[in-house]
Amino acid sequence: MSGLITNNMSTIVASSLFQQLTSAYQEVETTNESSLLKSLRQGAYAHFEQAGFPTVKHEDWKYTNIHHLVNKTYVLNAEVDIANLDLSKADIPGLDAHRIVLVNGQYVLAFSSLDDEVGVVVKSIQEAVEEIHFQKHFAQHADKTGSAMVALNTALYTSGIYLSVPKNKVVSKPIQIVHIATGDQEFFAQTRNLYILEANAEAEIIESFITLDNTASNLHNKVTEIVLDENAKLQHYYLQLASDTGSYINHTEVYQTKHSLYNNYNCNFPGVAFVRNDINVRLDAENVESHLYGVNLLADKQLVDNHTIVDHMKPHCESYEWYKNIPQDEATAVFNGKIFVREDAQKTNAFQQNNNMLIGDKSAVYTKPQLEIFADDVKCSHGCTMGQFDEDALFYLRARGIGEESARVLLVHAFAFDVTSRFSNDAVRAYVEDLVAKGLEE
Amino acid sequence: MLKISNLHASVEGKQILKGLNLEVKAGEIHAIMGPNGAGKSTLGNVLAGRDSYEVTEGEVLLDGVDLLDMSPEDRAREGLFLAFQYPVEIPGVSNINFLKTAVNDIREYKGLPPIEAKEFLQLVKEKQKLVEFSANLANRSLNEGFSGGEKKRNEIFQLAMLNPKLAILDETDSGLDIDALRIVANGVNQLRSQDNAFVVITHYQRLLDYIIPDFVHVLYDGRIVKTGPKELALELEEKGYDWLKEVDTLNA
Repeated sequence: MSGLITNNMSTIVASSLFQQLTSAYQEVETTNESSLLKSLRQGAYAHFEQAGFPTVKHEDWKYTNIHHLVNKTYVLNAEVDIANLDLSKADIPGLDAHRIVLVNGQYVLAFSSLDDEVGVVVKSIQEAVEEIHFQKHFAQHADKTGSAMVALNTALYTSGIYLSVPKNKVVSKPIQIVHIATGDQEFFAQTRNLYILEANAEAEIIESFITLDNTASNLHNKVTEIVLDENAKLQHYYLQLASDTGSYINHTEVYQTKHSLYNNYNCNFPGVAFVRNDINVRLDAENVESHLYGVNLLADKQLVDNHTIVDHMKPHCESYEWYKNIPQDEATAVFNGKIFVREDAQKTNAFQQNNNMLIGDKSAVYTKPQLEIFADDVKCSHGCTMGQFDEDALFYLRARGIGEESARVLLVHAFAFDVTSRFSNDAVRAYVEDLVAKGLEE
Repeated sequence: MLKISNLHASVEGKQILKGLNLEVKAGEIHAIMGPNGAGKSTLGNVLAGRDSYEVTEGEVLLDGVDLLDMSPEDRAREGLFLAFQYPVEIPGVSNINFLKTAVNDIREYKGLPPIEAKEFLQLVKEKQKLVEFSANLANRSLNEGFSGGEKKRNEIFQLAMLNPKLAILDETDSGLDIDALRIVANGVNQLRSQDNAFVVITHYQRLLDYIIPDFVHVLYDGRIVKTGPKELALELEEKGYDWLKEVDTLNA
């Protein structure tokens, strides 16, 4: 498959996304951007150009082949019709939330209810260049990982959300960010987000990923950088509800300073074809707390890969990570959890657990818990389990009159309970439990 | 109420039940005793419909309804209850939620609407007392971290909640101290009526001091070889099971 690329000089036929991106970058180079941004883009592009797309030869991508996703062409900046978008697929019963909508990674629509939140700034990332936080933090965290996909995003992101919560502000209700994919053109989108919580600020962000009906195949490379100042608290949900035309590569980099709390709840459901999440938290001060939770119920031929890094850089911090994977049919779940405890990070308390329940003879799980400890006075644990339906438990429930379907749902809920019971938001918890039940029925 | 005719069943190709006959009428309590390996627990599991047990011959009717072709849940909905010898621990499923699902699934099968929340809680409160079960236990995860006695009391609590026609108690006395045994037996005695029946599977006569059976059957090598009044249990306690070999040979 090939697509036409037009740049200032000539029209060439591209046979791969890589070629398309090369041309796109040459175009961006000629635009009138701030020198800060320009130099960031240059450095990032050089890195990506040299590294290329990750392949299965990279240890971090061993089980997650993106060749089929990038060895084709896409429309890069597709025209999008943003009139009359049906957002109902993102509705969460009983949830009262502010809404921000991002369409094909291109358009940001913020609903006016956010104006009531005094001091909270929400704008598109393109318009945030003058913000102090942007200048201080943009591309200062995620890019340090050396990830080629992050570099590609920095070089060529087109839109995204800038959100800042001022000092001492507690956002009165959750902010739901709806990422919509739509349109009949196959597109590649790169979104870039930056969320800042100043000292003592508190917020809850719920990100829902949906695909409208009849959407052509689409690939996303999203990067989100999050900075939590002293004593800030963020509850952060990812609800992946896209359909099987969608593929997502998401990088989340969280930078935490003292007494801050970051909780991530990462939920993936049947539908979306491919997901790769990198969620990294850097605990760069004392008394930081981070929690990473995951529930991944998969079906068909889905692949969902969650890579996490918990980086204990300073003493007296606590991290807690628990991922539950339930692959059905021919689905594949990948989990890689790295915990670093740096030399300085004495009195660290780090917990990690990954449990897998395989349903379906052809489902697969690749899991790799990793601990690297350079300090000597720490408490760390990690572990993983593999299992199937407990037939004795199933029979016990059925012998009490509970139908086989309901019994399976009860048992999967029970399996996910260690994670879902920790959700900070009851409406989201009920919603996720319902999605689990539905995901099992199909 | 229950009519078992010529029941043959095997596990992993090994024949365990070899032509078992048993008839239980409403209002009756039957005790089934017998040595290890006679097929006592197999009987309970076969009746409840556990997958790994294969019925090769025979018929089981509950009020005229053939149970053997039914799924375990439909047997339960028809009014059969098996109190497990080893109740399963299921962390993450609350006792109450589990019971509510069971009660409502059974009601749905019978064409009844779901139980009202208030009525359900009232029922829980009332039935808890039967087995001296605290609200704390009722609200915990199903059997998780329960002692042996608490698990067995929970079985009887579930029995009380589901109100089956026919209850099979599979070695409910095993692992119970004398106090727990008394509580469990008390619960059963309060639940018995002219409309239901109990089959009590046990190794020991001890339980039958508390739950007085109408009949005692001796299961030996996959068949009932002897049936008698409650005094038969005492005789077995005294003489053991060895003498049955002769009875069995005579019968054969």
